[in-house]
Amino acid sequence: MNNLAVAYKSRYRARETVFQVILGILLSAIAAVMILPMVYVVAVSFTDATIYVPNQLTFWPSKWSLDAYRYILAGPGFTNALKASLFLTIVGTPLNLMVTAGFAYALSKPELPGRRVLLALVLFTMLFSAGLIPGYLLVRGLGLLDTWWAIILPGIADAWSLLVFKSFFQSIPRELEDAARIDGCNDLVIFWRIVLPLSKAPLATFGLFFAVGYWNTYFSAIIYIKDATMWPLQVMLQQVVLTAAASRFLSSEAVAQLQLMQALPQETVKMATVVIVTAPILLVYPFLQGYFAKGVLLGSIKS
Amino acid sequence: MQELSVQYVSEATRDPLAKHRRAKGRHILRDLWRYRFLYLLALPGLLFMVVFRYIPMPGIIIAFQDFSVAKGFLRSPWIGLENVTRLFSSPDFWVILRNTLTISVLGLVFLFPAPIVLALLLNELKSQPFKRGLQTVYYLPHFLSWVIVVSLTYFFLSTEVGVINKAILALGGTKIPFLLDSQYFYPMLIVQGLWKGVGWGTIIYLAAMAGLDPALYEAAQIDGAGKWAQIRHVTIPGIMPTVRILFILNMGGLLSTNFEQVWLMQNAMILDVAEVIDTYVYRTGVTMGQFSYTTAVGLFKSVIGLILILSANWFAKRNGEEGVW
Repeated sequence: MNNLAVAYKSRYRARETVFQVILGILLSAIAAVMILPMVYVVAVSFTDATIYVPNQLTFWPSKWSLDAYRYILAGPGFTNALKASLFLTIVGTPLNLMVTAGFAYALSKPELPGRRVLLALVLFTMLFSAGLIPGYLLVRGLGLLDTWWAIILPGIADAWSLLVFKSFFQSIPRELEDAARIDGCNDLVIFWRIVLPLSKAPLATFGLFFAVGYWNTYFSAIIYIKDATMWPLQVMLQQVVLTAAASRFLSSEAVAQLQLMQALPQETVKMATVVIVTAPILLVYPFLQGYFAKGVLLGSIKS
Repeated sequence: MQELSVQYVSEATRDPLAKHRRAKGRHILRDLWRYRFLYLLALPGLLFMVVFRYIPMPGIIIAFQDFSVAKGFLRSPWIGLENVTRLFSSPDFWVILRNTLTISVLGLVFLFPAPIVLALLLNELKSQPFKRGLQTVYYLPHFLSWVIVVSLTYFFLSTEVGVINKAILALGGTKIPFLLDSQYFYPMLIVQGLWKGVGWGTIIYLAAMAGLDPALYEAAQIDGAGKWAQIRHVTIPGIMPTVRILFILNMGGLLSTNFEQVWLMQNAMILDVAEVIDTYVYRTGVTMGQFSYTTAVGLFKSVIGLILILSANWFAKRNGEEGVW
């Protein structure tokens, strides 16, 4: 009887080990599918022009070169686009964070008169929107076309971020704030000195979301910005990589740039551009990755 | 003196609530003062929300006008439902609606369940460091822009530089114009969507699974439930509320597609399957200036979205389940 139980247990364990190994292999394969395209692009972007053969399949260059990067970084198009993307990210992220956190903090106070009305206003924007054109006409009417503000301002304080921040603030123990209030602190001081320092996880998470959002801006940029010198990196990338295949709005500047590129293999230049545009995200990501796994987002689903 | 008192009495009789209202007015002022700092914190966000989400709403009226920018909202002539009739009688519209719905339904069939399956698999993994490492990789594509994802697609599938086509050539085949052939368009969208979003989508389900009571699993084990039975009878029922809420929220987006993805993947060769409501509104509205007509198209989309999400929620509640609100 006892032997049987032991045998049963060890057989169960062996089966469990086999299961874990197969599962591990399967999940690793999925991870490989996600990472290998980027590895390939990085490898080709560093391939030397002298060994590059079109139509030949190569996964790893035998001779490395930085020419493609030198070429891109030297162009005026890149400097302009970088300036635009840096402005959007550096100005937009803290502005959006502060406005969202402030509004959400007020919404998190059940005793605030009018809170239900404010909350309803927030929720309704999740259900119904005026659509693209009325929003476009408003931005146009405000004289924001061809400015970077047209990309930043309309997206500030979106309902989803507000609700996640609100439910986070509600989870902070009231006693901390009450103690400060007894000491004579007003709500602004409490928010700044007590609540925000306790909110590093959501601030880091949404800081990352907002920053990535601004860095990756494409749609707003093509709607609101017609001046090619003000386009952010994503639009430049689209011009460099994709317009040769599907010439949609090719500016004369871009045509000239493409002609210049004939000297270098276009493929390596295109891939180098992808790498440059992605690099900042890849560099920041590992440091902030720990925060958003901490269940900060769970509150978003029901609040 | 008498006049004054008569006036006072008559006001009180005409409007007995006036005094109460005045008291309430003082209440509001007192509350405003008492919570002034909280209102101050809310003000910038409220302002942005009202200006950029609510002020455009009355702008919807231009759907019923022959709007011109020069004349503005007030002087543009009214044309009633002409734009709506034009919309429904245009053969283009039905093609666009069909394309939009096709992409959304494919998304519901393939992209919606995929993160659930992946989360269930990840949840079975015993080694926590391994699991965390995998998660780090899985979340990464979510942070890459659509321009990057479409660029990668171009690097892999185009006839000019595509890896797949190079491989086909090396094996003695002929190149396939994946990007220019309409039969590959929807599969490519699905694969891109999976690649970019499947890992990120697991976060919410993994969090829901982590919140399940371990006692439930112990009880199931005592009852002799194997791994599969535990998944079926404990894990899946445990995450159902989350699944339901996300499904309801997804229903509201049935007529929304990912503009950036579809727009970047479009080209003249495949526009018959690739034009969707969002790209159509941008193309004919913003770039061609047909503001009234495209506002009508956008309004159609918003109204249907509102109806869909409300009915999905109503339906969930009617069946005794929890809705989103």
